[in-house]
Amino acid sequence: MKPRRVAVIDYCRTPFLRSGTGYSDLMAWQIGRHAVKGLMAKAGVDASVIDHIIMGCVATDVATTNVAREIGLGAGLPERIPAHTCTVACVSANMAVTTGADMIVNGHAEAVIGGGVESFSDPDIKISKAYRKFITDMTMFKKPKTLGGKLKLLRRMKLKDFVLPERPAIGEYSTGLTMVQAAERLARKMGISQEDQDRYAILSHHRAAEATKAGILRREIVPVVSNGSNRPISEDNGFRADATLEKISKLKGVVDRKYGTVTAANSSFLTDGGSAVLLMSEEKAKRLGLKPKAYLKSYIYTGQDLWDELLLGPAVAIPQILKHMKMKLSDIGVFEIHEAFAAQMLGVMQCLESEYLSRKVLGLEGKTGKLRIEKVNVHGGSLSLGHPFGATGGRLIGACCRRLIDEGERYGLIAGCAAGAVGNAMLFENAAR
Amino acid sequence: MKYLQVEKTSDNIVAITINCPDSKVNKVSSGLLKEISDVLDQIEKEEVTGVAIVSGKADNFVVGADIDELRSKTSDKEVERYIRSGHDILNRLASIRVPKVCAIHGNCLGGGLELTLVADWRIASDSTATVFGLPEVMIGLLPAAGGTHRLPRLVGLRTAMPLMLTGKNLRVKKAKRLGLVDEVVMPHGLKDVAIKRARMLAKKREKRKRKRSLVDFLLESNPIGRGIVFSQARKMVMRQTRGLYPAPLEIIDSVEYGYKKGVLKGLDKDAERFVRLVGRPETKSLMSIFFGMTALKKNPLEKKAKPVRKLAVLGAGLMGSGIAAVSTPVCETLLLKDMTLDAVARGMKEIWKGIAKQVKSGAIEKFEGEKRYGRIVPCDDYRDFRNTDIVIEAVFEDLKLKRKILGDIEANCEAGTIFASNTSSIPIKSIAQGCRRPQNVIGMHYFSPVTRMPLLEIIKTEKTADWVVATALDTGIRQGKTCIIVRDGPGFYTTRILAPLLFEGGLLLSEGAEMQDIDRAMHQFGYPVGPITLLDEVGIDVGAHVAETLSPIMEPRGITSPKDMFRMIEKGYLGRKSGMGMYRYDVPKKKGRKPVNQDVYVMLGNAPRRKFAVEEIQQRVSLMMVNEAALCLQEGIIPSPQVGDMGAILGLGFPPFRGGPFRYVDSTGTDTIVSIMEGLAEKHGVRFTPAPILVQMTKKKNSFYRD
Repeated sequence: MKPRRVAVIDYCRTPFLRSGTGYSDLMAWQIGRHAVKGLMAKAGVDASVIDHIIMGCVATDVATTNVAREIGLGAGLPERIPAHTCTVACVSANMAVTTGADMIVNGHAEAVIGGGVESFSDPDIKISKAYRKFITDMTMFKKPKTLGGKLKLLRRMKLKDFVLPERPAIGEYSTGLTMVQAAERLARKMGISQEDQDRYAILSHHRAAEATKAGILRREIVPVVSNGSNRPISEDNGFRADATLEKISKLKGVVDRKYGTVTAANSSFLTDGGSAVLLMSEEKAKRLGLKPKAYLKSYIYTGQDLWDELLLGPAVAIPQILKHMKMKLSDIGVFEIHEAFAAQMLGVMQCLESEYLSRKVLGLEGKTGKLRIEKVNVHGGSLSLGHPFGATGGRLIGACCRRLIDEGERYGLIAGCAAGAVGNAMLFENAAR
Repeated sequence: MKYLQVEKTSDNIVAITINCPDSKVNKVSSGLLKEISDVLDQIEKEEVTGVAIVSGKADNFVVGADIDELRSKTSDKEVERYIRSGHDILNRLASIRVPKVCAIHGNCLGGGLELTLVADWRIASDSTATVFGLPEVMIGLLPAAGGTHRLPRLVGLRTAMPLMLTGKNLRVKKAKRLGLVDEVVMPHGLKDVAIKRARMLAKKREKRKRKRSLVDFLLESNPIGRGIVFSQARKMVMRQTRGLYPAPLEIIDSVEYGYKKGVLKGLDKDAERFVRLVGRPETKSLMSIFFGMTALKKNPLEKKAKPVRKLAVLGAGLMGSGIAAVSTPVCETLLLKDMTLDAVARGMKEIWKGIAKQVKSGAIEKFEGEKRYGRIVPCDDYRDFRNTDIVIEAVFEDLKLKRKILGDIEANCEAGTIFASNTSSIPIKSIAQGCRRPQNVIGMHYFSPVTRMPLLEIIKTEKTADWVVATALDTGIRQGKTCIIVRDGPGFYTTRILAPLLFEGGLLLSEGAEMQDIDRAMHQFGYPVGPITLLDEVGIDVGAHVAETLSPIMEPRGITSPKDMFRMIEKGYLGRKSGMGMYRYDVPKKKGRKPVNQDVYVMLGNAPRRKFAVEEIQQRVSLMMVNEAALCLQEGIIPSPQVGDMGAILGLGFPPFRGGPFRYVDSTGTDTIVSIMEGLAEKHGVRFTPAPILVQMTKKKNSFYRD
């Protein structure tokens, strides 16, 4: 039996905003529901056809741990549609979509919404570990009855335990490396200069600015008016149209002010936003008279070394998915690759051209090839449009499908790297071809 | 037993479940009372330690008295007997010396609430469905089953009075705070809860502690203080009703009498009061509105209606955002479109404000509010309009514009998309002229402010498809509107009958009447505002547009506004919105009165100001509307007098106690109306020529209503 084909029917996202700006009063689910509602409006299908909702999210609020469920309900979709949340750091939305696709391939669902959401505007900041222990012992675990017992618990506490919150976990748990440290290590190891990084970052910002100006991104962005506001938000606010090399080259390295090359300007910034993709079995789409944009041909997840390959997910995943599909890099017309750092993008490109990586690390024959920059992230990427961790994958898929159609290409590839040294690549085929 | 299910626990607590047969709701009726009486006989004989009362219905406790049964009683004696039997039964229940507990989920209104007032303990379910109230006043009656006595004694006089005088509902949170309910529990297992509570109370009586403020204490604990409260209440009622409604005054009398002579004597007198009120024409009118509204909540075309999942509103101004606000609960996705997203966002802010208010009052759950808001998708173009089920336009009143957007919708939507226009006067068929799918075009005329005005006027053309009418009606009913379906024509029904009334106000001005005198006279007649103020509220520019649209059917009959009236627009006198219209809004009121825009008098010919008899103003202004309504019936614009009355009352503020233009004709007498009009026609012109239908009815001695 021929496996069922999974069609991408439509895609929608909210404007991506720098954290602490337009969405600062919203919870993540409130952002996500706009993406899902926008998708439903755009696709023009009855919610009753949806079988499942999967949303990726990294920093879920403890109040809404299954944020996908709140998003589905909050978008006014029927309660009977189940929902779950998945988390694979920066490829969470990718996982949401591939899981949905698998459900469709296996016949467990006909139509699935996959996507993701992230808000860093209101992170869960924990009180100190000592304070937490004090509170749980007082109220749940030990419950001392006497004043003496209570004082005994109190005696262990220092003043600063009450005042200072715990530092949010921003590094890799296993290595303690932060993302920026990993990017800096990568840049040094591969000899990527700050100037090269800055040039790439500026390219990304200019591309995003031009695409926005040309109204290209508008087609997939649902305007958001947050509760009680009278201001519509209809564009991303992270890109800098006026970025110049002269301006940004003055910035100092984030982890190493003396020798560092990775700066705030050539790294992605904290972003809030949501994205949603409507997947459907080819037959269902046909029955409903819908025109698929693309089909998901294949996907792959990879795991890498945590010290030196943390950000090289695409470099590892792309060669393998090509090999699996018996395709060459030159068969692919559209690339949408997650830009965590300019150093990471440049590193990925270097690796794809490296015989060493192919042969020694992946056991492939020969190098993968040269990524042509005019085929990659032509309307901006995470560096400029922003990177709401859980939602970025949805944006990549949407951009890839849009470009396949606009550019008349047959195959498109998206790829991403994630904390925990996980990589992902997904291959799409233009439905019209 | 048909109405009650009675069980007894091993420790002799009697649990009574009220479950009226053949109905989704429990109503107080003689059948129910008889069975309660039988149960009481039983209880009085046996050993009983407590009584628990609950409802067997899914979403209501007792919704009030069965008005149909009340209306079927033909003589005063019968009505009085009915009320007294209710008193006896409630008094008997009250006097049983064991604890009585009511556990309430859903509507608990009128006689239902009065039943719970004789209990010792009231438990409410924590649900937005649970609502308490004494709405009798709204149909011209008083809560005659002890409500006027027991409610003030339970929650305090100053809390009880407004509840009885306005008929407003209370939600659980507030009912608890006011002390009407003693505890709030989850909505499931209410019978067990009520039994347990009765058991607890049997063991240990709980004293109810009502927190009273010092002011309450001073005013309510002694006859002098209460005297002040009663006189204040009377003043307020007189101010608001001008003494045109007897029920509120009877309610105050009843409460006062009860405090002076005791509950039993008060109840005795209430039976008389009730009979008196039932016989009043005001009550008949108010009841007929009530029944009319209830009847219009059902969709006779239900089977033909298509589901509305995706709904679009064009225009996010006052009307558009109002329509969107009432639509958020009834669809899956709501597209709100305007020229700019800024305009949409302003509308969305208003919608959110309304939702937040509902959440705060406990009318809806917090997350339900989020869901409603979350359905709205702001748009500034048609790219998301695919598969929209119904589009309601609320754009500027301009025929060309409306035709253009109808074209846009036909181009961007499907063959199954309904196009509804919220125009207030432009004939729907002129909007549909030249369009591809006239069968999909319909009028849905909402009234401002949409969230508060109950009426929706649905206008069908000769081409409008049945399923389109059915779907529009279904949508309107689900939006909580009382809908009337009328035939297409300039101004349809409501605008068409309003215009002559407004014009006549203007003509009186040009003859030398004072604005305030006209408004006061019509307010006294029973309108919420007079025609001159109303014109300012509507907007002079809107009025001018309506006048223009209606002129083909009005001018030949001599119905026009005073010459030059709409030149006010050139001077920027647009009404309240521009700060100046007939009156001035840019300067503070003097002694609570709006200052007159003297310029208007000059523009209208500067006739010397003189006094007009109140009656003359009332007759001229009101009869212009009444006569036009009669013509609408004659021409088939409205299908029946009922529809005409509902439209005039709910949409235009025709005095409810007069029952609408048609009931007004009936109660005044057709011959009287015709002869007054003929007199006016002789004096003031052909516009007062009585409608042929009225003349014919006079000859045949017919009336619009049979009852």
